[in-house]
Amino acid sequence: MTDISKEVPKIPRDLSRFGLPGKIDIQLEHDPDDLWDESRMIVNIGPTHPAMHGALRMMAKVNGEIIEKSYSEFGYTHRAKEKLGENRTYHQFIVYTDRLNYCSALINNMTYAMAVERLMGVEVPTRCIWLRMMCMEMARVIDHLICIGIAAVDMGAFTYFLYGFHQREEAYTLIEKLCGARLTTSYSRIGGLMHDAPEGWEKEVKVWAKRTLAVIDEMDQLLTGNKIWLKRTVGASVFPKEKCLEYGFTGPNARGAGIDIDLRRDQPVLFYKDVEFDVPVAQNGDAFDRYMIRLEEIRQSLNILIQCADKIKKGPIWSEDKRVRIPEKEVVFNTMEGMIHHFKFFMTGFEVPPGEAYTSFEAANGELGFYIVSKGEPRAHRMRIRGPSFWHYQALDPMVKGKYLGDLVAALGSINIIAGEIDR
Amino acid sequence: MDTDIRTPIPTVYGDQTKKFHDVWVSQVELLKQKFGNAIEEVRMPVEYPTDVPIVYVAKDSIVAVLSALRNDPSFGYNFLADLSCTDETPNEKRFEMVYQLFSHSRFNRIRVKVRVREGEKVPTVIPVWISANWAEREVYDMFGVEFLNHPDLRRILMDHRWEGHPLRKDYPLRGYQVFPSPEPIDLDVLERQ
Repeated sequence: MTDISKEVPKIPRDLSRFGLPGKIDIQLEHDPDDLWDESRMIVNIGPTHPAMHGALRMMAKVNGEIIEKSYSEFGYTHRAKEKLGENRTYHQFIVYTDRLNYCSALINNMTYAMAVERLMGVEVPTRCIWLRMMCMEMARVIDHLICIGIAAVDMGAFTYFLYGFHQREEAYTLIEKLCGARLTTSYSRIGGLMHDAPEGWEKEVKVWAKRTLAVIDEMDQLLTGNKIWLKRTVGASVFPKEKCLEYGFTGPNARGAGIDIDLRRDQPVLFYKDVEFDVPVAQNGDAFDRYMIRLEEIRQSLNILIQCADKIKKGPIWSEDKRVRIPEKEVVFNTMEGMIHHFKFFMTGFEVPPGEAYTSFEAANGELGFYIVSKGEPRAHRMRIRGPSFWHYQALDPMVKGKYLGDLVAALGSINIIAGEIDR
Repeated sequence: MDTDIRTPIPTVYGDQTKKFHDVWVSQVELLKQKFGNAIEEVRMPVEYPTDVPIVYVAKDSIVAVLSALRNDPSFGYNFLADLSCTDETPNEKRFEMVYQLFSHSRFNRIRVKVRVREGEKVPTVIPVWISANWAEREVYDMFGVEFLNHPDLRRILMDHRWEGHPLRKDYPLRGYQVFPSPEPIDLDVLERQ
């Protein structure tokens, strides 16, 4: 039943055009050419080190330059989000979801809103859903651009990073037009959105998406065939399919190893059924494949964005449900009932009917899940956040065992660890 | 299906109850046949406000049940999506371990729970999924639930000198603890890897 054997080579890897064989895997006990071979040393990297993405720490025992044993530590940015989730109302918790994966804050916002709406049975209008989809795809593009850009910087390709970051800055300007913030957006509301998009925003997104498609092609030409890049990534930090399943890999990292799963396609929510997109899948599970998957996913997301921009229509963005709808300011300032409603909404919060649900969505890094248990109060009984990076980071130690210390940086960059998501 | 007591899940958020109801019913029946009394209670989506069935399993058979759910093709839940815990304080069995499973072949989910008394040890599920390692460490860190045969049961998010378990309901919201020096490197842990 489990289709591990099913091979779906959607990105056929032809390295012969770069003068390289197809499959390479470096795994060493020791390196006889190393001057320091058979000498042991303990190396501590992090928590504040430019190559560690966020406040992560890794202790390694190295034989010359080869990692023998290692273990990872994190929790330096633990902000007790799950505890806060039990002590804040559902509305107040929205801002905390920004700070999970701060590279794609919009996806966290929207998934959280979806989780609560699922528990309450709130239907949101069509325009709101299209806008949410656009936001999420933009956030995915930004996240992937950061991931491949920073991974390239870690390995010395600085120019490449700037190409991506220029497009990212433009995307942030578009997001700023939506909600006034660039990084910590807090754009979603339960049952709606903070504001409607400004006039002509969809067209601007479409123009940006088309321009970014051209830039992605340029970036592809700039780096993918580069000899140094290939030497650093092909066959480096291999994590095969079976191991990926055992370690709970999701998202681009799992697809890089050949696990053909994308929750947008396989567990369709929102209007993902109505847009066309491919799910890129590679087979070898090395850093190069994960990079290629992300590059291809950016193209797919941009295509989804263009389709969304064509399909979105004018209309309301707020649900009609009185429980969750924030009253209009005009009603609040001019009527007593509106004032009371406003006060009750922000001071007590709305009650969510008892029940529990695990809502998951394909975030940029993988499966982002909110497991909310409600006992009928305005605060959750349990707010569990399943961040994909937590499970990916766990695999870093087996991934880098027997590899060069320098490849640790490549491995870390290629699986895109976000500290905010692990530490919560 | 007529007696659905739940709040209706919005259509765009993918209510899977209709699609997978029969699959779930047959799977639960099969589980009951196989494990008998080890299946303490089953809460199906239409009778209880939940999105997927919740199967309560006796503490000692959790590894057997999870490996059956993973390896038996009639279940096919090959992926551990999440492992967490909830604190149901007034209950005699205070903690509930929560295992969220996902099937890569049918694309459906199921939730397995284990009720645990305070101080009781739960068998680790690392033999079934290696990924449970850190998740169980987090449950130990946050709730103080200990795991039998866990190879490396240390705190994971909090400092190793921390006292108390923050996600318990009786832990105060502002239960700060301050340490004057950073955590030292633990060479024993490094040798154990």
